[in-house]
Amino acid sequence: MNSVGASPQATKDEALRNAVIRLAGNSQDGIQAVGGMLGRLAGRTAQDVMTYMTIPSTISGGPSIFQVHLGSGEVLHAGDEADVLVAFYQHSYDDHIAALKDGGICLYDTEKVEKTRNERGIHHIGVPFTAATVEAIGGTARDRGKNIFVLGLLCAMFRLDKVNLVGIIERQFGKKGEDILRNCLNAFDAGFAFQTTDLRQFHFAPGEARHSKRISSDGNTMLGLGLIAAGIRYGAGYPITPWSSIMELLRRELPKYGGVFMQAEDELAAVAIALGVGYAGHLAVTGSSGPGLSLKAETLGYASMAELPLLVINVQRGGPSTGLPTSVEQSDLLQAIYGSHGDSPRIVVAPKNVEDCFYIALEAAQLARRCSCPVIILSDQALATRIEAFNEPNLEEHWIEPELDLSARAADFKPYPVDGLTRHAPPGTPMEEGTYPKVTGLEHDEMGHPSGNPENHQKMTDKRRDKLIQLAAELQLPEVYREEDGEILLVGWGSTYGPIREACDRLRDKGLCASATHIRHLHPLPKGLDQLLAKYERVFVVEMNDSGLYGNGQLATILRAAYCLPSIQSICKTDGLAYRVREIVDGIEKHLA
Amino acid sequence: MSDTKAAKPEEKLTKKQLKADHPTWCPACGDFAVLASFFNVIQSLGLSQTEFVCVAGIGCSSRIPYFVNSHGIHFIHGRALPLATGISLSRPDQHVFVFGGDGDGFSIGGNHLNHAARKNINLTYIIMDNFVYGLTKNQTSPTTPIGRRSKTDPAGSVDRPINPMMQLLGSGATFIARSHATHVKHMDAIFERAIKHDGFSVVEVLSECTMFYPGAFDAAIPRKGGEFNIVDEEIHDTNSINKAFELAQLDFPGKFGVFYEKSRPSKNSLEQKWIEEVQANLGDLSPQDLMRKNFVAMH
Repeated sequence: MNSVGASPQATKDEALRNAVIRLAGNSQDGIQAVGGMLGRLAGRTAQDVMTYMTIPSTISGGPSIFQVHLGSGEVLHAGDEADVLVAFYQHSYDDHIAALKDGGICLYDTEKVEKTRNERGIHHIGVPFTAATVEAIGGTARDRGKNIFVLGLLCAMFRLDKVNLVGIIERQFGKKGEDILRNCLNAFDAGFAFQTTDLRQFHFAPGEARHSKRISSDGNTMLGLGLIAAGIRYGAGYPITPWSSIMELLRRELPKYGGVFMQAEDELAAVAIALGVGYAGHLAVTGSSGPGLSLKAETLGYASMAELPLLVINVQRGGPSTGLPTSVEQSDLLQAIYGSHGDSPRIVVAPKNVEDCFYIALEAAQLARRCSCPVIILSDQALATRIEAFNEPNLEEHWIEPELDLSARAADFKPYPVDGLTRHAPPGTPMEEGTYPKVTGLEHDEMGHPSGNPENHQKMTDKRRDKLIQLAAELQLPEVYREEDGEILLVGWGSTYGPIREACDRLRDKGLCASATHIRHLHPLPKGLDQLLAKYERVFVVEMNDSGLYGNGQLATILRAAYCLPSIQSICKTDGLAYRVREIVDGIEKHLA
Repeated sequence: MSDTKAAKPEEKLTKKQLKADHPTWCPACGDFAVLASFFNVIQSLGLSQTEFVCVAGIGCSSRIPYFVNSHGIHFIHGRALPLATGISLSRPDQHVFVFGGDGDGFSIGGNHLNHAARKNINLTYIIMDNFVYGLTKNQTSPTTPIGRRSKTDPAGSVDRPINPMMQLLGSGATFIARSHATHVKHMDAIFERAIKHDGFSVVEVLSECTMFYPGAFDAAIPRKGGEFNIVDEEIHDTNSINKAFELAQLDFPGKFGVFYEKSRPSKNSLEQKWIEEVQANLGDLSPQDLMRKNFVAMH
């Protein structure tokens, strides 16, 4: 027995390895809170989890879902279809009943939802969420607490670890006051004890994650903490969805470490402040989402030219322009790599999952310090908001304390050596020979003096480019999942790592010789990637961006231009939703047909 | 924040030590005098090259970092103030000097001026105002008077110019002064007070563009028949913003001197205070242990 809906004639108590629960309601109902608590519980009980949410881009209200995929083994995606749908309203029911798998379970609020579909063996269970919650809490707040009531219901249904779950509720609501916590616990108990004859029960096979220190968190949180572990103590930003929660975290946390995060007046100021800190000797971070990255573009070009270190986070969302602020897209890749005037080399990397957000921040900071240039981390809305469970990072191993190097520079010091990496002398550094260095956006000679000399401009352009070519030679090639050569290779980047691997497995199940690889270093690409790709007859680059005028998505365009491999083709979509495994499988089958 | 302190020099710097490249300005440009006055003040305050940094955006006057033998950075048009903010916040051991013109400060960088001023960032900003875009060869600037012809206003400028003093007073700057490039002693005294001010200090210096707008400031040059009227601080209360607004509304060329001077905590000190309060409540945890507390909440 693998999943809830696999057999409509299931017995009363079934052992599960996976379950996908979709909570559908309005954004103010607290379904994200419930989903988050289920995710947290998974981390505590050695299970794996991946969540997925849609949020309306309004201040309050509007339909919203939170989907939780719980598994006893590895969970790589948030689930194509739900095993259980919890429908709070009629619109939730109408819009999401199709997302429930054949034979799945629909829990609905009998006061708000009229059961209209009797199809596909779906098992409807009506429960008066609202009335039962009001009764449990004492009728104080009519619409509050039914999310926690549902959590109690799910706890009973899936035989979740009640003690642990109550602990999570107490921690989450305890700080909001005794009354609120008491109401929550009453609502939870009412849900847990709710009697209905047709409420089936399941239990999960024991979780397989062995690590004793499991945590569950979202991508923005792990990026923020990764930056601190990377020795970042300063930064500046401007609020924009879905980047803002990183700046909120840094603003709150950095003072503990003796640092400051500044809210700037605009995106241009934010990037300039961060670069000023970088010039002054401490690597700093700025960040934004799509439109904000466009506004920072001029300073990115300056940082390339002046060879100053800078970290930039771009949490991508649907574009262009204001676009879809709360949807996911990977359409800023070309902007990240090329967005500025002139030839302005920089480094671009992308984390593959929530856990990787922490480690990519550490790596990006080291790359910025080493190459003294801008490094852009491309995350996205899906990664920013979804919850996954993973092993707690070992901070003994992964920690960089910031250092300010003000040691005296010898007479032969040059800020811009033609044949070496730039290592700036920050303000305050004594210059033994008495000549002080200049940092500039004008083309310059080795000492930082403006120079329009044609030969010099060529040499300096070479210098700024060659440091990245040198870096490419040292980057690890991405791992290949399944086989080192064969018929089909799926290539991805960013948040699609899990669904692509799962799609690879499903293609194998269908008898296709498929493998997968995931590119974290997007610019420069690791040296030798061309040979890796050339070992496959068909290479499918899976991306959440438009296939453009020539039929290729943004990474596919770059790979084709760089390697001239006609075997490279694109699987693209721009519906603002994270990839479902089936969509990838279907896309590839369509190409092969 | 950083607690690094630069080494204190034993002797005052000489002019020769302070000079770097020869300025690329046109002959008789007012900016030469501003640079000379800046050197005077660095010398009289006994600052060493490891204690200050020069920051500029784009424009003729923004070339200053190349002409001063100190750490210096030549940034992009209009964004010198936020860049300097980053330096000031992260390096409390440094005096941060920002140089720029009227286009850099009041036009493309206007928003940053308002916010750096209201946040009271600890730095000194010297605006060399010449009422014209010089580097790009004679276009109308935000301070160009109505009626003046330029390449972008061949029939004469029609847009009301901004009043720098009014704007700075409105923005919340805590030291606001005005000087004139032909009066070096006056500049010396004003610059010295600006540097000693804790917080955002700004000086507008009328600095003539002899190439494109010769004679623009003759009305304040006595040897050319003008009057150089100094703010009399026996009468003018520099703590009063209302009195400062009155001074700011006088007809051109108006008065020169300190218009407004107010003691208000800088952002630098307020952030430092917050850091100290937060850290005082943390006890003796190592940075790694601090982060482990975040992880515990995710278990």
